[in-house]
Amino acid sequence: MQTPIAQVMALIYRGDLVLAFRRWEQIAQPVVFLTMVTTLVPLALSPELGELREIAGGVLWIAALLAALLGLEFLYRTDHADGTLEQLLLSGQPLALIALAKTAAHWTASGLPLVLVSPLLAISLGVPADALCVLMISLALGTGILSALGAVGAALTLGLRRGSVLLSLLVLPLAMPALIFGARAVDLAIHGEVARGPLLLLGAMFVLAVTLSPLAVAAALRISQE
Amino acid sequence: MLRGVSMDAAAGQVLHISGSNGAGKTTLLRVLAGLLTPELGSVSWQGRPIASNFAAYSAELCYLAHSDALKADFTARENLAHEVGLRRTVTAAEINDALARVGLASCRDLFARVLSAGQRRRLGMARVMLTAATLWILDEPFTNLDHVGVLLLSDVIAGHVDGGGAVIMAAHQPPAIPRHAATCVELA
Repeated sequence: MQTPIAQVMALIYRGDLVLAFRRWEQIAQPVVFLTMVTTLVPLALSPELGELREIAGGVLWIAALLAALLGLEFLYRTDHADGTLEQLLLSGQPLALIALAKTAAHWTASGLPLVLVSPLLAISLGVPADALCVLMISLALGTGILSALGAVGAALTLGLRRGSVLLSLLVLPLAMPALIFGARAVDLAIHGEVARGPLLLLGAMFVLAVTLSPLAVAAALRISQE
Repeated sequence: MLRGVSMDAAAGQVLHISGSNGAGKTTLLRVLAGLLTPELGSVSWQGRPIASNFAAYSAELCYLAHSDALKADFTARENLAHEVGLRRTVTAAEINDALARVGLASCRDLFARVLSAGQRRRLGMARVMLTAATLWILDEPFTNLDHVGVLLLSDVIAGHVDGGGAVIMAAHQPPAIPRHAATCVELA
């Protein structure tokens, strides 16, 4: 009997997470990058908390987006290299839902750690405790959007030699709206204002990205085999 | 690359694709598996073009490529549970039986990255066995196998064909499958 798709998605999600933890440097690298950038900012600009607070939203968002970008390249590359991608294509299961499970696993391994570590880094930049919740929600949505968009880029650049450069060029411009609204939401929260508007827009982008990207990934993966 | 190639594979048949290096054996197998779309011509399964019913076709197909489709950071058992689990529900007992059958019972908890090339090939073959597919498409299945491994794999293929399955394989040497004479298709 063919495995139900929900079971297949759980299998892929669990399997990708196990592999990610066994190659722990892929999880650690984005967190180290984010920590390094936010640590270097006070050294390069000013140690004055008041000044840091003004730029904290933008700094955290830019650093988190670039950090999340680091692991995107590996999303399908190892599957392509070891031949397991062909087996996914030939599994007879809906490829778009398989892509969704892989994107979710990628976000859990690369985006979620950034979200979890962000309050600590935000406090070091003088962000008030009241704004931490907005920061975490916005980063959760933003890294989710980047994972979804990045999955499309990773699938499109799969067979290319210098795919990682092209991947950044493809994904970052598409992530700009998320950066604008995400950083704005954190900025509003830092100044004690209501951040609901930008967060709702970010949520809408997240829904759009998560809904459409698996279909694009499935098409791109099929093309990559040609 | 391929022109004027036509063939049929029936239940209980072994089709051997032969040809010199670069003749297009792997390309042909990838076309048959549905991974490549031919510019002209078509591949049909049970009288229907595979393009119109790819999900049903792929559910009855198992493809063993040059690469063994193994995750280096999974153990032998995890590899089988993961890859076979994509297609059908598989039990731990079935996995252990398949590993024992291909002579890897003692390696079941070893990571695939520490297995030799021959052991990886055997593990790949265990995956093919466990998928319970009707049509096996095997690309150089005897590569890296020792003499015992070749005999073992030939026996596994014979068992599959005895059960009404079909095998299409690319190999440089004519395969010696017990009880079955392979039909040879030579690529120019």
